[in-house]
Amino acid sequence: MATVVMTSLDAKSRAASRGMSDISIRNLFIIPTILFLIVFNIFPLIYSLGYSFTDFRASSNAPAKFVGLRNYRELLNDIFIWSNFAITAKYVIVSVTGQVIVGFGTAMLLNRDIPLKGLLTTLLLLPMMLSMAVVGLFWKLLYDPSFGIINYTLGLGSFEWLSNPDMALYAVAITDIWMWSPFVMLLSLAGLSAVPKHLYEAAAIDRAGPFYTFFRITLPLVAPILMIAIIFRTMEAFKTFDLAYILTSQPTTEVISIRLYKMAFQEWQTGRSCALAYIVLIMVLAITNIYVKYLNKVKER
Amino acid sequence: MRKTMTGLLAGVGLMLACGTAAQAQELTIFWAEWDPANYLQELVNEYEAESGVKVTVETTPWADFQTKAFTEFNAKGSAYDMVVGDSQWIGAASEAGHYVDLTDFFNKHKLNEVMAPATVKYYAEYPANSGKYWSIPAEGDAVGWAYRKDWFEDPKEMEAFKAKYGYDLAPPKTWAEMRDIAEFFHRPDEKRYGIAIYTDNSYDGLVMGVENAIFSYGGELGDYQNYKVDGIINSEKNVKALEMYRELYGFTPPGWAKTFFVENNQAITENLAAMSMNYFAFFPALVNEASNPNAKVTGFFANPAGPGGDQFAALGGQGISIVSYSENQEEAMKFLEWFIKDETQKRWAELGGYTASAKVLESPEFQNATPYNKAFYETMFKVKDFWATPEYAELLIQMNQRIYPFVTAGVGTAKEALDALAKDWNTTFKKYGRQ
Repeated sequence: MATVVMTSLDAKSRAASRGMSDISIRNLFIIPTILFLIVFNIFPLIYSLGYSFTDFRASSNAPAKFVGLRNYRELLNDIFIWSNFAITAKYVIVSVTGQVIVGFGTAMLLNRDIPLKGLLTTLLLLPMMLSMAVVGLFWKLLYDPSFGIINYTLGLGSFEWLSNPDMALYAVAITDIWMWSPFVMLLSLAGLSAVPKHLYEAAAIDRAGPFYTFFRITLPLVAPILMIAIIFRTMEAFKTFDLAYILTSQPTTEVISIRLYKMAFQEWQTGRSCALAYIVLIMVLAITNIYVKYLNKVKER
Repeated sequence: MRKTMTGLLAGVGLMLACGTAAQAQELTIFWAEWDPANYLQELVNEYEAESGVKVTVETTPWADFQTKAFTEFNAKGSAYDMVVGDSQWIGAASEAGHYVDLTDFFNKHKLNEVMAPATVKYYAEYPANSGKYWSIPAEGDAVGWAYRKDWFEDPKEMEAFKAKYGYDLAPPKTWAEMRDIAEFFHRPDEKRYGIAIYTDNSYDGLVMGVENAIFSYGGELGDYQNYKVDGIINSEKNVKALEMYRELYGFTPPGWAKTFFVENNQAITENLAAMSMNYFAFFPALVNEASNPNAKVTGFFANPAGPGGDQFAALGGQGISIVSYSENQEEAMKFLEWFIKDETQKRWAELGGYTASAKVLESPEFQNATPYNKAFYETMFKVKDFWATPEYAELLIQMNQRIYPFVTAGVGTAKEALDALAKDWNTTFKKYGRQ
């Protein structure tokens, strides 16, 4: 009877009876979203690609002059830029490795029956909920050689963290590790809780040791989700700006994003900075691609 | 119906006309966030009472000032009618057409004769010696020094100093004396340090600090007429000056590698250092007992002389310019006419602003108004500035990149740093066709 009633209604009424029609959803949500993305993401992307082949300076009223690949050629031959890339690479390696070790280690500790587990997990997540600027200023005080609590606690006297060119990058990385290890911990916890219990029971029956269990059961099964955490954190660490900018102004902590910012908004070399932004984009895409390929291999195992 | 339509149109027309008139009664001046901007707001409130034109001084932190101002200029935005822009912006802002040409205004009011010569040269004129003016000198400023009188005048310290160095402990007259005094008071065990200098390399802090040494050692940054830098920026005098700055860094408090005006005032207020470099514009906070518990025992002196007797200082301060994209240029021009009047300049100085008016600066009334005004007056007639070419920001960043590692970490030598800087600057000048 109900079927008869439905089929007797016209198309408009049927759509109305379901709520919104597909056409309405397309018109109200999908098309505006696509338009928004085109206007604010795709168009500037293409526009800046055009600028990267010019000598345009936003601070002058002179029109942009086409210079071909000159910006790219000069940037790739600039030793300062390569030094910025080297600093960035070092920072990414130290920071992401630290986050994986601390985050995964904490997840392993939390993945057992301990009292107040929920509260503890929530408290550990707090750092990543803070704003980067606040974290930067907060850690600047902690590192202060005169009254910072770090030197006081570790008995380091007036050891200089941020003023020391050899130490400054590690100081920024330590802050980043503190802030983002909880993110790795959270994803690792999700992965660890999904490992079937019967595998551990079988390993126990076979009298497998903890190392064997970890490397043959835990790690392979958590690896895909851990890889996703590593991809996210690598991309973020590659783009790091705020922490390094707020904490210290050492040349040894001038990661590529800071150089890009200075080139674009302090020196107003708009065309050149667009070219640098594209070089950074290509590098991030390449690194992410390698990770994704590896992730797929891990999944296939 | 026709009557109703005519009435409506007339009403709308009147409303629009009134709207335009109301807008012209408001002006916005953009400046950095610091005490002089507050003094300027007090001053312009008096203009409002007098003329009925409301003037707002909008501010932003120093770190964002350049970026925010140029972003607005580049967008040809009319948010600001006037800007109190940094002296080194003048080339970039005038060549790009962001500033209104004030040459006629300048000549009509003979501001060349009214304002202190250095302020006209560095805040207003571009290119150098061209007779073209883009700003009215507004806030004169230069680098000077504050010191702890109680430490200097302690009889035990005086005796110990004389025994060690063979001359009396007093505010230094030369950079060599300043080095000795810094060394003498540098006592990390007592959490007392010798000196506080600028080291922040994110804008012009470190460069201005080093300039004080370079100019007083008889050096220059380059030939501003023909953009020649070889043998000038890396001259023997500059090498010695940079070595001295590096030596002084050794007597600063720990962690002093990213410091500017805030930290350098704190060095005095928090009993950290015997002497502290800072712009005169930040000294009002040091004579105010509410912000400086050591206000009564804080003294001031002008930048000391170098080994050859030269005595110069790095220029701070700004001129006020009309933004080309302002819709209220006529009203802004009227404001400037009021601003340059002798009585306004006098009032500006009374409020705490550093007038550039030679007449006010020379008056005993001004010189005796604060413990540091006399030093400021002396300094303003012997100041030099950084490059004001449109590519100044690149030159600034290159200088920071080259000298910062040497000053704060002793990387390489002063000669190597300055030779590399000469090379960078030559490349930049060639790139923009200036050489």
